[in-house]
Amino acid sequence: MNQQPPSKSRNVGMARSMCWHCQSELTGEYFCERCVKIQPVSKDTDYFTCLGLPRRLTIDPAVLEANYYERSRTFHPDFYLNKTEAERAISLANAATLNTAYRTLKDPVQRAEYLLDLEAGAVKTIRTSPPDDLFEEILELQEMLDTYRAEPPASEQNQQLLARLQHKRESLERRQQELEQELPQLFAEWDALQDQTPEDDQSRLERDRVLKRMREILSNRTYIKNILNDLIDSIG
Amino acid sequence: MARIVGIDLGTTNSLIAYMNNGVPCVIPGPDGRTMVPSVVALTQQGLVVGDEAKAHLIRNPSRTIYSIKRFMGKALADVQEELAYFPYTLTEQGGVIRIQLNGKTYSPPQISAMILKELKQRAEAYLQEEITKAVITVPAYFNDSQRQATKDAGLIAGLDVLRIINEPTAASLAYGLQQKTQGMIAVYDFGGGTFDISILKLKNGIFEVLATNGDTHLGGDDIDRRIADWLLDDIHSTYGLDLRSYPDHMQALRLEAERAKIRLSDEVKTSLSLDLPNGRGRFTRELTRSHLESLVADIIERTLTPCRAALKDARLTADQIDEVVLVGGSTRMPLVRRRVQELFGKEPHCHLNPDEVVALGAAIQADILSGGTTDMLLLDVTPLSLGIETMGGVMSCLIPRNTTIPASAKELFTTYVDGQTGVDIHILQGERELAKDNRSLARFRLKVPPLPAGVPRIEVTFLIDANGILHVTAKDVRTGQQHSIDVKPSYGLSEAEVERMIEESFKFANEDVASRKLIEARLDAGSLLSATEKALAQGGHLVTEEVLTAIRTAAAALAQAKEGDSVQAIRTHMANLEQVAQALSIALMEDSLKQGLEGKRLSDIT
Repeated sequence: MNQQPPSKSRNVGMARSMCWHCQSELTGEYFCERCVKIQPVSKDTDYFTCLGLPRRLTIDPAVLEANYYERSRTFHPDFYLNKTEAERAISLANAATLNTAYRTLKDPVQRAEYLLDLEAGAVKTIRTSPPDDLFEEILELQEMLDTYRAEPPASEQNQQLLARLQHKRESLERRQQELEQELPQLFAEWDALQDQTPEDDQSRLERDRVLKRMREILSNRTYIKNILNDLIDSIG
Repeated sequence: MARIVGIDLGTTNSLIAYMNNGVPCVIPGPDGRTMVPSVVALTQQGLVVGDEAKAHLIRNPSRTIYSIKRFMGKALADVQEELAYFPYTLTEQGGVIRIQLNGKTYSPPQISAMILKELKQRAEAYLQEEITKAVITVPAYFNDSQRQATKDAGLIAGLDVLRIINEPTAASLAYGLQQKTQGMIAVYDFGGGTFDISILKLKNGIFEVLATNGDTHLGGDDIDRRIADWLLDDIHSTYGLDLRSYPDHMQALRLEAERAKIRLSDEVKTSLSLDLPNGRGRFTRELTRSHLESLVADIIERTLTPCRAALKDARLTADQIDEVVLVGGSTRMPLVRRRVQELFGKEPHCHLNPDEVVALGAAIQADILSGGTTDMLLLDVTPLSLGIETMGGVMSCLIPRNTTIPASAKELFTTYVDGQTGVDIHILQGERELAKDNRSLARFRLKVPPLPAGVPRIEVTFLIDANGILHVTAKDVRTGQQHSIDVKPSYGLSEAEVERMIEESFKFANEDVASRKLIEARLDAGSLLSATEKALAQGGHLVTEEVLTAIRTAAAALAQAKEGDSVQAIRTHMANLEQVAQALSIALMEDSLKQGLEGKRLSDIT
């Protein structure tokens, strides 16, 4: 019963895929050169490739936007209304993928998270305990918040607490900014390593270090952001 | 490709436009007016729409439907607090509001379809061709149910709705085409029933919406109500009279309030007057612009909060906005212009007619879809976050608000119990944390093969298309098989219901034509009968008794047929009567000739 049907022989070495419509070998990027049908963006295409960019973390926003607009003109469903249903479906899916790619790469934090995911897989692990250097501060904040929530909002004690919580909020926001400011430097380091060939042990170690630091920054940032959201919800 | 028209289906007025050699034009009616009041009345002569229906608002308040857009995609509970303002009867069935008219019930899409049909016929008469494809505009802040309801209305009206487009973005297309603008623009759209704000970036023909916000239940209607409430209080304290129990007077009051508001955009004071019931005479009050402004200041303030939220979401400050565009009739109010100018720190644009600009933009989008305009592209966003309900009644967000559409998200589902055969999925739209505080869009049960817990892997794709409408598909990851899913909308008509309404609409159209023909035949029979009576009285002595009897028999038969419902019978008896009465008419003619000639010389008549 559990016997798997013999998998269809897949030509593993095939470098080019086929057009879904005329079955000819694909040479064009988005369209089949023979029947001029739009081709689906492959599931394996990463967001950088999707937007015509090398896999680098430093991105010129103007280039990103120009490439996005150009591809939108290629894929948008507005231009496929009188095409076949299959072509309309492809254009819709491609446009949706393109929009996700653009949204992800436009924001430096999301871009870095995405790259980490590509390079090391499933790294969006959410920190459950505070970063070491913030441990004391977070603990104190939690206690203050507990007291604040327990007391009537207008009480004198709470008015004082509110001022202190505001102060905490500013300090955490500063901390979040500091973390984000560290990213461009790491982006540059990462990009430089990519351009270095051939890869040696030294560069591999460097590469791991940069990835590790980026992951640290991102997870600390997410942690602080969640604490901040909680804080803002409580004090308004 | 067949022509695609652009339709602005408004709360108060609707318009239809088309692209004429690269220039968008609104199609006027036979009277030259471009706006069709969004009013539908059930009269003794059948359904009437537009200006004609508006005349019935006071005469026939319980059978005249206006502002139907406020009820699109809504349940009765959503509109509870404003029911008192509407003289027609609303009920609910299957999460959809129904309007009762003469013992029949109509859903809001059916009423909207009647307005759409009127527009369609107007365009067909003007362009001398059949119209079957359209782009219809909706407020940007419309949720999925409201958009779907609009699409349903189009289907019921016999229109293939190729695109649902947001009103402020449509307006930006019309402005962009005119101005060749580049940069950041804010479109402030304050209409009869809804408010929208959209922030766009215009660059090389791309119209990219960065953020949108609004309130689908805030518009000129609310301003009219404020004036009406003020008058009601006044009448109550002066006469001890509660006008609320007189639907026809309430309508007259509402219309008078609306007219006064419009006048006060140009004048600094105006006077309102109204006939009171039970012969209490006429009530007159003066209203100044500044008094009106104090009455409605908070309503205008309520539009500014979404503006600030949209700016924040677009990550812009007010001074980064290059141009502000005003859309919608309510932006004619000087107070609105002043507050908008204060917020953005620049004088807003209003050189295009704010009533027509949305329809013009819809025509441009229609032209883009038909391949006419190729250099412009609109990249719009979804106004509300989309998510699903998770453990503990919390909403888990899949597609955040202001995401460019088309947008998609995938979610993997599995089972918690061995042999479990289904997973319930509840789709939500909104910004609140708890599922119950957001709009429920749909529920469905995902079918899962009975396997040990955690083994099934079903990937569900949530796709918001370019209309802002959600599509859900599911795939079994292990087998690669597509799953069919039956999504039950929480506040919408089911597909079967829409089908039935389309059929009914055809039937109704036929019935409509049939009843019009019957009315016409009866009228014709009536005038033939009275003409025959007259002829008999004048010339009965000129024909034989036989002819007289034949005429009287035929006339009696026609009079009987006229009371029946058969157009055919009436027409046959009319022909018969005309035939037998021919001898009488000839005799009468000869007689009158003879009389005319009497006493005249031959030379006088030749």
